[in-house]
Amino acid sequence: MFRFEIITCYNLSMPVFVKDANKCVGCLICMFACGRAHLATGLESSCIKVRSQGGISRGFSVFVCRGCEDPPCARVCPEDALVVRKGGGVLLKEDKCTGCGHCVKACILDAIGWNNGKNKPVICIQCGECAKSCHYKVLEYKRT
Amino acid sequence: MIKEDTLKKVLYIDLSKKKFWIEERDDLFSQFIGGTGVAIKLLHENCKYDTDPLSSDNPIIISIGPLNGLFPIASKTVALFKSPHTGNLGESHAGGRSAIAIRMAGYGAIVIKGKSERPCYIAIHGDRVYFKDATTLWGLEEGVSAASLIRRQESGAGLRTIMRIGPAGEKMITYACVTLETYRHFGRLGLGAVFGSKNLKAVVVSGKRDLKVNDFKGYKECYSNLLKQLAESDKMKKYHELGTPANVMPLSFSKGIPMKNLTISELEGLENISGESFAEKHLGRRVACSHCPVACIHLGALRKPYEDEPYFYRTVYLSYDYELIYALGTMLGVASPEGVLRLIEVVEDMGLDAISTGVVLAWSTEAFEKGLINEKMTEGVIPQWGDVDAYSQLINKIVFSEGEFFKDLGKGIDYASSKYGGKEFALTYGKNEMPGYHTGYGAHIGYLFGARHSHLDSAGYAIDKEAMIKSFDEEQFAEKIITEEYWRQILSSLVICFFGREIYTPQIILQCLKLTGFDLDEKRLTEIGKEIYAEKYRFKIKCGFDVDNIELPQRIFELPSGTGKLNKDFAEKIIGKLKEKIKSLL
Repeated sequence: MFRFEIITCYNLSMPVFVKDANKCVGCLICMFACGRAHLATGLESSCIKVRSQGGISRGFSVFVCRGCEDPPCARVCPEDALVVRKGGGVLLKEDKCTGCGHCVKACILDAIGWNNGKNKPVICIQCGECAKSCHYKVLEYKRT
Repeated sequence: MIKEDTLKKVLYIDLSKKKFWIEERDDLFSQFIGGTGVAIKLLHENCKYDTDPLSSDNPIIISIGPLNGLFPIASKTVALFKSPHTGNLGESHAGGRSAIAIRMAGYGAIVIKGKSERPCYIAIHGDRVYFKDATTLWGLEEGVSAASLIRRQESGAGLRTIMRIGPAGEKMITYACVTLETYRHFGRLGLGAVFGSKNLKAVVVSGKRDLKVNDFKGYKECYSNLLKQLAESDKMKKYHELGTPANVMPLSFSKGIPMKNLTISELEGLENISGESFAEKHLGRRVACSHCPVACIHLGALRKPYEDEPYFYRTVYLSYDYELIYALGTMLGVASPEGVLRLIEVVEDMGLDAISTGVVLAWSTEAFEKGLINEKMTEGVIPQWGDVDAYSQLINKIVFSEGEFFKDLGKGIDYASSKYGGKEFALTYGKNEMPGYHTGYGAHIGYLFGARHSHLDSAGYAIDKEAMIKSFDEEQFAEKIITEEYWRQILSSLVICFFGREIYTPQIILQCLKLTGFDLDEKRLTEIGKEIYAEKYRFKIKCGFDVDNIELPQRIFELPSGTGKLNKDFAEKIIGKLKEKIKSLL
């Protein structure tokens, strides 16, 4: 109950945000950390993405869930498989998900991953493991 | 190996028949781990010893190991082939996104055989393999990049590798490289020419998957420990901060960095091309290979004016490293960072191995000074120490000129010096040009007997560093050189970047291997390393490499090294010991 109040008071969202993508070296350590946070090894169960901005000399962009308070991904889900989380972001009810992929298209940040093996989205769990693993402080994790 | 691990899959691609197939080789991977260990076995299987390196029969073996995709700094890919530069074992390692892309695509090795009728590139996206036309990508003019065109055509952005050749590879210069992700290379021994001989412009690989480990909790602990060490350990500091150019000043103090074809030990203005100076004035960005937090790739920004258009500039980013500052800087008497960066740009545009190119130009400069070659042969360009414009033109001519002299230079200085003279100052080892360490016996004899004639075979400079404070006899030198090379076979079978070698101790490697389903002990690991090295030597010797008929360049005995003037008789004694050790392995 107490926790709920804090959340409403401080309007917590964006537990992870991209602080300075210019410092990104493209090592992908955050992507592997995201995979481990989803209890996997590798990149199939990772939702954060790092891509070069048209060639490595131009640097990198990082695509990570900002934990929207009114998330479009949840709104477009025809099966109600994405439940809005208290404090931002969504939770995936895997048994309800049919793998239609609407959520991926609805996310303008491109922050939803796709697990081809399961044919289901990979959703950010707002754990901040990506930010914690980044040596270069590209990402910041804020949770009070 | 874990039963479900896709590492055991070897993808065969036949460019002549445009066919591909997969073979599962648990036998090879469980015995030789992966990377260089598996690749040398595949090379024995797929390459006849008398194969012409530039014929369709020369296979390209690209391989990775069990630690790739699972542990940080296990970020390297190994390529084996018969080298068009030396006529025997060709081996080159590269990072970029390659190792992770191949692992994620679900393979442990890729074997490319045959020759395409027309220029083509191969796109491997997971289990799908496409043969794509590359006639439009062949012979591209300056300013158009094949890689950027391929990027637009192919999927897998962010996770793919694009290995491609430049004009030097297309023209089969025997020291042409293969470039990956703009800044990394299969640099040495001419893989680019082998690509060219197959009409193969590029190989794209992408994929995405989860891998298996034996104990997830144990894996996470092991991973965090490694990540912490890679971030915080002093052992990695050098690569983090100034990068490999941190070595320029220390090696110049000890006279270990070769200058002007090893004719002098001091270069005016050297401090301008130190790691410190590059970082201060030119470092524009740092980037990393996939799954490596170190980010040792230092990109220098070079601002270039347009000569015909005032107030128009372009800024290019070029990756500088110690070896490039040596080969295109000190070796050529170029002591300005802009000069070094300009030469790096030409070498990158051409797709050449920077070390060989620098040493070829250095030999040419001395040969010109001594009158062995003349202005007519060089088509009016006079090679002169420090003359960046002349060197840029010469590099272009090595690739594009039809003149006989440049055709010869395109085969390296072992070849050129046997035709024009100047063997005594041709700095080659087993036909491969010298890396940037004139530090002592360890370095030079390491290059001579290393399986790929590279400083990376046995890191002899590190042995020389030890020899500065301890005295070693011939047996100790020989033993240190060969033991280090055995151990490096393991690192490059896993495949860990050598920069992480001090973090990846045998104990940590055994722990990582256990998590990936390899139950080995340290003794067995050492034996495997030795066996891989022996397999490489068997290949070399069957291709005609003669351990009794190779020698050190005369020049190295003339100029004091980092550990003083080298004594030829003592060098011979070490060589004698090494030969015995190698012969006893076979």
